[in-house]
Amino acid sequence: MSSSFGMMYEVALAGIIVTMALALSRAVLGPTVFDRILALNMFGTKTVLLIAVAGFWMGRPDFMDLALVYALVNFTGTIAVLRFSRYGNLASDTVRASRGDA
Amino acid sequence: MWVLNASCWGLLGLGTFLCVIGGIGIVRFPEFYARTHAASITDTMGAGLILTGLMGQALLPLVEHGWAVLETPTPNPLLLCFKVALLGIFILLTSPTSGHALVKAAYARGVAVNPQAGEHDGSH
Repeated sequence: MSSSFGMMYEVALAGIIVTMALALSRAVLGPTVFDRILALNMFGTKTVLLIAVAGFWMGRPDFMDLALVYALVNFTGTIAVLRFSRYGNLASDTVRASRGDA
Repeated sequence: MWVLNASCWGLLGLGTFLCVIGGIGIVRFPEFYARTHAASITDTMGAGLILTGLMGQALLPLVEHGWAVLETPTPNPLLLCFKVALLGIFILLTSPTSGHALVKAAYARGVAVNPQAGEHDGSH
């Protein structure tokens, strides 16, 4: 399965790592918190791709399961951080409802 | 099967190219919403192309050796292809969603939309 057509996977891995470095530099530089979240989200997507391509590169197809789990965790983390940065807490509706009852 | 291999090469290379463009865009664009544009579009497209290329590579043993490869103890090409497709569908669903949520949260928090707009609008 691996290296059946030259340096295909190596090129893809190098490009993905360069992109991750660029996203990381934006996460360090970013003036607002949303720039940092954007860079973090991009970094997470690129990590999923990196795991998938590395699984093919090393001939280990079980890496695909890790990539799936990482994609799920990344999405949940992004939404949680965004919800926090927008409402100030993670369960604003629940808090408001309980405050109304009390 | 050199045709499948060559198209996988093309898809992987194009996807990697788009990823690097997105990385350059996220560093070089001047304001937040432009950076979101660069990041989310190339994210979705680059990931889709790379994963399509990987799907082709996953199906390669099946194309080369026929259905007999399913009875050997090697990993099942169909299952591998299904997992990569699942990954692609998931990224295709979540990447625009998180981009949308990000822009909505930033707009609600008052991140300015295009600070230079006043210099270009209304002059014509």
